[in-house]
Amino acid sequence: MAENVNQGKRRMLIGATGVAGAVAGLGVATPFVMSMAPSARARAAGAPVEVDLTKLEPGMMTTVEWRGKPVWIVHRTPAMLDRLEAAEANLADPGSKIPMQPDYARNQQRSIKPEYLVLVGICTHLGCSPTRKLEPGAASGMGEDWPGGFFCPCHGSRFDLAGRVYRGAPAPANLEVPPHTYLSDARLLVGDDSKGA
Amino acid sequence: MNRMTAMLSWIDERFPLTSTWKQHLSEYYAPKNFNFWYFFGSLALLVLVIQIVTGIFLTMHYKPDADQAFASVEYIMRDVSWGWAIRYIHSTGASMFFLVVYLHMFRALLYGSYRKPRELLWIFGVLIYLCLMAEAFFGYLLPWGQMSYWGAQVIVNLFAAVPLIGPDLAVWIRGDYVVSDATLNRFFAFHVIAIPLVLLALVAAHLVALHEVGSNNPDGIEIKKKKDASGRPLDGIPFHPYYTVKDLFGVIVFLMVFTVIVFFAPEMGGYFLEHNNFVPADPLKTPEHIAPVWYFTPFYSILRAVPPFLGSQFPGVLAMGLAVIVLFFLPWLDRGAVKSIRYRGTVYKSALALFVVAFLLLGYLGTAPTNVWGQFGGWLGGAERATVAARIGTIVYFAFFLLMPWYTTIDKTRPEPERVTS
Repeated sequence: MAENVNQGKRRMLIGATGVAGAVAGLGVATPFVMSMAPSARARAAGAPVEVDLTKLEPGMMTTVEWRGKPVWIVHRTPAMLDRLEAAEANLADPGSKIPMQPDYARNQQRSIKPEYLVLVGICTHLGCSPTRKLEPGAASGMGEDWPGGFFCPCHGSRFDLAGRVYRGAPAPANLEVPPHTYLSDARLLVGDDSKGA
Repeated sequence: MNRMTAMLSWIDERFPLTSTWKQHLSEYYAPKNFNFWYFFGSLALLVLVIQIVTGIFLTMHYKPDADQAFASVEYIMRDVSWGWAIRYIHSTGASMFFLVVYLHMFRALLYGSYRKPRELLWIFGVLIYLCLMAEAFFGYLLPWGQMSYWGAQVIVNLFAAVPLIGPDLAVWIRGDYVVSDATLNRFFAFHVIAIPLVLLALVAAHLVALHEVGSNNPDGIEIKKKKDASGRPLDGIPFHPYYTVKDLFGVIVFLMVFTVIVFFAPEMGGYFLEHNNFVPADPLKTPEHIAPVWYFTPFYSILRAVPPFLGSQFPGVLAMGLAVIVLFFLPWLDRGAVKSIRYRGTVYKSALALFVVAFLLLGYLGTAPTNVWGQFGGWLGGAERATVAARIGTIVYFAFFLLMPWYTTIDKTRPEPERVTS
């Protein structure tokens, strides 16, 4: 019996069965792997957030939640915008070359309207939320030459008033500008820019 | 034949009870010169059992739900009868597991226990260590405190640093755009069933491999080379009763230390249970200082020590990963003529001492903020002293492994003895 076995045919059949089994295995794995992606509910909760800007006085900052992340909206005064220039010598990426913003926010102010800064308030180092140090100088406890910005308490990264990171900080990139658009002069939509920007 | 032996032979005809007992205990010959360092294998097994038993009882009261998790842990601590004891045994067990496993691994470094023919035994061991890290990481999210939350945030974001697929990978791991209820629920599944199953299988493989090749010993020589007429190693003694009794003594001393911690210092000054974890998770408020639990801090230090490259965190993440992966290659990196530190020369002894210092230094620095030692003066560009120290520690850590093929070859070793020494 044993000597009559067609070894070539047997190997071919085993190989074919193995390949078919592997394909079936991948197919069966699909629902399990996909089940770990965000559910329909989580995706719905990630919907854009509308913000009313009328109550945000110049020099003030507000935080809204989008996809569970803090999004900062700062109404910058002309004085604050003037200080952006001064900080640039010490910044790692003053020209925002690393794509941490939509193209329409790739400018010195990193915003659509210069006065309104919209940022995801999560440090690009390891995901902590930096604290606001908007006041220039010693008032923020950041030293005399501090032009105002943000400071991450976890590992000491510093950012200017456009969310641009200082050189020598552990954070590798500027703070992220989320996709956003203006529905009207005072109505901001965070999380979606498909209505034109 | 009395009733007991009749019963036993009835079983033995159907299940290899007596032969298994003999093979793994009463006729498993272990070297007679085991010392202090040989307690930690059996202690690791003990802690594993403690963790599984206390874990089962914790799941009876814990709720893996972002809205209820923190409160359910407090419920266990305050309202469940003896719940505080079960939880503190579990949390202390986590730290003691790592302590015991680190000492167990250090024993392998001392006596060359990973060398041929024990390479697979060592590899199973490193896999167990990896599982243990995963188990600890998943478990740490469950109390849903501030440190749970932000620690998970930091670690999951490490995956986001992987080029190209990173951000999508991180979303897939979390099951959401942020660490959320979905993340907590799946981490619970990994912590209580998926990883423990793999862990148990690996522990079984580790023991099977050990009993196949036999234990190494402080002299690093093979006792199987010298056997008596009946084929028993001359320097071996049956594991049972000799080492079961010895290990039992270790268990008693260990449990004394363990219970003192559980009853008098379960938080261990913030090292076993971090203070910030007694505050419920708040996604919009980052704690001032995020640090992992002590057993992860050497690797966390390595992560922080490597500077970002082209705006990417990936080099640090890679270095941290490699710091663990490099352990797998240890059996082939060591080219020394002898296994045990007793017969190695000054070169290996100094290398090991430097490695231990670097590991402890990295471990300490990982618990502290990067500005803990202040800055250097202007002549060094005002660099953080602790960051520079962590970089030196990282270099020493990797040099210990990567230069090993070279320095173990030039090391002046002494000849090994024929038989084990007492």
